[in-house]
Amino acid sequence: MPEISRDEVAHLADLARIDLSDAELDHLAPQLTVILESVASIRGVAGDDVPPTSHPLPLTNVFREDVVVPSLTAEEALSGAPAAEDQRFMVPRILGDEQ
Amino acid sequence: MNNILRKSAAELADLLAAGETTSVALTQACLDRIRAVDGGADGGGIHAFLHVDAEGALAQAQASDERRAKGELLSALDGVPIAVKDVLATTGLPTTCGSKILEGWIPPYDATVVTRLKEAGLPILGKTNMDEFAMGSSTEHSAYGPTRNPWDLDRIPGGSGGGSAAAVAAFEAPLALGTDTGGSIRQPGAVTGTVGVKPTYGGVSRYGLVAMANSLDQVGPVTRTVLDSALLHELVGGHDPKDSTSIAEPMPALVEAARQGATGDMTGVRVGVIKELGGEGWQPGVMARFRESLDLLVQAGAEVVEVSCPSFVHALATYYLIMPCEASSNLARFDAMRYGIRVQPEGVAAPSAEEVMRATRDAGFGDEVKRRIIIGTYALSSGYYDAYYGQAQKVRTLIKRDFDAAFEQVDVLVSPTSPTTAFKLGEKLDEPLKMYLNDLATIPANLAGVPGISLPAGLAEEDGLPVGFQVLAPAMGDDRLYRVGAALEALLAKAWGGPLLEKAPEIPVVEPVETTNGVTA
Amino acid sequence: MTETLLSFEESLEKFDPAMGLEVHVELSTATKMFCGCPGDFGAEPNTQVCPTCLGLPGSMPVVNGKAVEAAIRIGLALNCEIAEWCRFARKNYFYPDMPKNFQTSQYDEPICFDGFMDVDVDGETFRVEIERAHMEEDTGKSLHVGGSTGRIHGASHSLVDYNRAGIPLIEIVTRPIMGAGEKAPAVARAYVAQLRDLIVALDVSDARMDQGSIRADVNLSLAPKGTGALGIRTETKNVNSLRSVERAVRFEMQRHAAILDGGGSIVQETRHWHEDTGVTTSGREKSDAEDYRYFPEPDLVPVAPSREWVEELRGTLPENPTQKRARLQAEWGFSDLEMRDTVGAGALLIIEETVAAGATPQAARKWWLSDLARRANDAGVELAAVGVTPAQVAAVQQLVDARTINDKLARQVFDGLVAGEGTPEEIVEKRGLAVVSDDGALSAAVDKAIADNPDVADKIRAGKVAAAGALIGSVMKEMRGQADAGRVRELILEKLT
Repeated sequence: MPEISRDEVAHLADLARIDLSDAELDHLAPQLTVILESVASIRGVAGDDVPPTSHPLPLTNVFREDVVVPSLTAEEALSGAPAAEDQRFMVPRILGDEQ
Repeated sequence: MNNILRKSAAELADLLAAGETTSVALTQACLDRIRAVDGGADGGGIHAFLHVDAEGALAQAQASDERRAKGELLSALDGVPIAVKDVLATTGLPTTCGSKILEGWIPPYDATVVTRLKEAGLPILGKTNMDEFAMGSSTEHSAYGPTRNPWDLDRIPGGSGGGSAAAVAAFEAPLALGTDTGGSIRQPGAVTGTVGVKPTYGGVSRYGLVAMANSLDQVGPVTRTVLDSALLHELVGGHDPKDSTSIAEPMPALVEAARQGATGDMTGVRVGVIKELGGEGWQPGVMARFRESLDLLVQAGAEVVEVSCPSFVHALATYYLIMPCEASSNLARFDAMRYGIRVQPEGVAAPSAEEVMRATRDAGFGDEVKRRIIIGTYALSSGYYDAYYGQAQKVRTLIKRDFDAAFEQVDVLVSPTSPTTAFKLGEKLDEPLKMYLNDLATIPANLAGVPGISLPAGLAEEDGLPVGFQVLAPAMGDDRLYRVGAALEALLAKAWGGPLLEKAPEIPVVEPVETTNGVTA
Repeated sequence: MTETLLSFEESLEKFDPAMGLEVHVELSTATKMFCGCPGDFGAEPNTQVCPTCLGLPGSMPVVNGKAVEAAIRIGLALNCEIAEWCRFARKNYFYPDMPKNFQTSQYDEPICFDGFMDVDVDGETFRVEIERAHMEEDTGKSLHVGGSTGRIHGASHSLVDYNRAGIPLIEIVTRPIMGAGEKAPAVARAYVAQLRDLIVALDVSDARMDQGSIRADVNLSLAPKGTGALGIRTETKNVNSLRSVERAVRFEMQRHAAILDGGGSIVQETRHWHEDTGVTTSGREKSDAEDYRYFPEPDLVPVAPSREWVEELRGTLPENPTQKRARLQAEWGFSDLEMRDTVGAGALLIIEETVAAGATPQAARKWWLSDLARRANDAGVELAAVGVTPAQVAAVQQLVDARTINDKLARQVFDGLVAGEGTPEEIVEKRGLAVVSDDGALSAAVDKAIADNPDVADKIRAGKVAAAGALIGSVMKEMRGQADAGRVRELILEKLT
């Protein structure tokens, strides 16, 4: 029976960058277990011979021409920014290296 | 209430053409109605709207009347007002997706469907309420308070698009746009006595639709009549080069199909009743109205058979795996760096970007969203992908095959849209699974990408609340929805002596409350 | 923290290196990978963005057909199989320079796979197997503010520009390169140099390491000698020049060797190369938790290049590097050794350009592989960034050919060019470097040299013409180098024989 422990929920919340409080963890873990049990019912339903459907449409090769299309102005781009400086998005200090 | 508000969009277009009303008058009437009944969530009103753009809508209405005077109409629906679900990007108007995390965000671009509305001359009244990020079946998960069902203010209007459905059901707007990922247009339609359509996947552009589950989402019409849905569907649908998943082929003639269907003649139409969607466990009043509708179709010449789609029993689980996986990734962008709110973690002196991200997402997302993000993150993680997401994609193939096989035998498939009528606010909030069951009948269509419509089938005798009748067609067969839907609508109207919504109780006028998220005039 | 290193020789005695090279190529298409924004270098921040590359809610990607074409051509040039059907996938992770907090890339279905490139190092050919080449998008760029020297550590905040976000990248990944032994650093360098030349020949990218349009990450592991196993590897980033590639491989080999020899084990991590100090330092540890949760991109449909299209593109490939080198060697008349040196120095292209600007191949090689190579090394930059252009080199050689200056003086002209003092002619003028052509002055200097060195003069009179060299040296010294040695010799011989 699949089960999500509180620790596992904490780990997943970490991966998803959500800071769950202890109360939230206590509250969510059992709910998630119930949901997971329910969705796990599909295990074994489809055999190896059944191909996956990632798309309802049988489309392929949808491309566009390599032609410039007008962009947003910097003002528009930054219009929602919580903080901006020098026409750039100002973000708090970043720890750790880029990937 | 001003009688003009009861007219359908098609009727309004006729009145405008005949010079018997103006777009400004019409738009003002809607705005007055909104002010009268919508009220803030606190004000006890319908709360269908999160943002009302009175000034903008009236200006657009004015422009429409001027065009009409010059004989330069942009479309058949030029001047008819419309409401738009708050999940679609609109320049100049907030787009919150019912979430705190996007509070006050005003997009710098329009969704393609919104552009098409503007290019067709429809004044946009405002943005309607929804379950946060379209996750829900009752609109109770909106961060800005629930919407109430015009039939009974203590009940839910369905979800996630409860706002659009309620607005139309309460005569606040003749038309609305909604989105449907697992039933979010059709189920609210069923419980509010309105019409809602989920087009064939790829039939309407998703550019500008804040994605929940990209392989399932579709934009669609929310209206009071089948013909209105056809008109709106034709207007916003069609290929969009900005959406790689949009269909290149032209849509079939939908309005024509609706007009044809309105004759009520169903001769030669083969109708399949989906065995797995109905029966025990489904509300008796729902089943009763469903069977009566079937009888009407038979009397009109349809051939009705029972069809089995055995994989449908797995549809719910499949959906509640695929959708959270896609959504968990789609919602990663909400990190307080480029738009939306930014929340500082408590008690941290110089927080890092990471810490701000975490604090913001915890504060900005509601419980249902958090649940689905975590389930999605879990199901996609290494070691679990094959068993969950991978497996779900396979079951999806089985469901699609069931549809394909069924459509070899019949032209359309039918079922009740929802297992129950509108339940009470708060009734299913504590048990997520119970809430998910509302989508039993609507989900299969999203998984397979086939189109579906819900139209009112009557009132359940046990509670006097609306019941929805669902018609499904093969992919690209949207015209069949309109033909059969229009036929049934005509037959039912004859049986009732008028549209169902005439039976809706009078909605009490509320004191307009100046809440921060409420109605502005 | 200073790292202990085992000597290179000892490292090789005890261990066998295995390398993996991941090269990212920024395509020079007119627009980005998934939207119609331009990707021009040096634009004002956040002026080349749209809802899609900014990742705004509701935005959607549409694939740039030209980028797919470039990917296929790169794959064909690398002798790869081209997928009949493949998809894009989401690589999910959070970082402020990533607008969507996932990168649209390719995972288990790359568009190109199973290829190879033959790399020449000192006459030996190494076949580097290419595991895959796939399409992905670049991230935005962050400026770290408030710390020292703009580095990330100690910064108080960062400023992000998304102009670069969404620019098409092709990532080329080799299979482990084993058996190179002591040549490993050179093989790595030669692979990157040759790959770069190939990319430029395909005209799909500027491929400038100094500008970041081609980036190399170096993976290295050691295994006990002769076991044929693969050890734990480290990845080294910030390797911004060919020289750095070679040095970084060498350094990591020695560092790994020291640890393993001491009984320790390698920490699997990403390291950062520092060209100035010649060391790698530890970056963030590659935590087991960086699970990218790949799944097929649902907003895009599969890419299924028809075999007809692939063959059509195959017809557009330039001659392959081996063919090209053979042709150039013949055209230029270089010996095998000279050619090898040229390729090894990454100077093939630049010599080609210099010849196109009018210089002889030998002259071009003379300058680029000696004086200019030395300058590049000292400054720690690529030949292309040394501050002298191929056209300028051709012009300098022209001045030498015209006997306006000689080789020695030419070096001072190069000093001037690097310092930005103007054209070669202007520098000769400004610095007064012109060779004295006035026979009168020369004659006087020659007379003086003859008078100061009577024994040498006698020898020459006696027929020992070779002794003229000493007198030439004396005259050159007197003329401060500004004399044409050839003319001086002529005068000496005229006067003494």
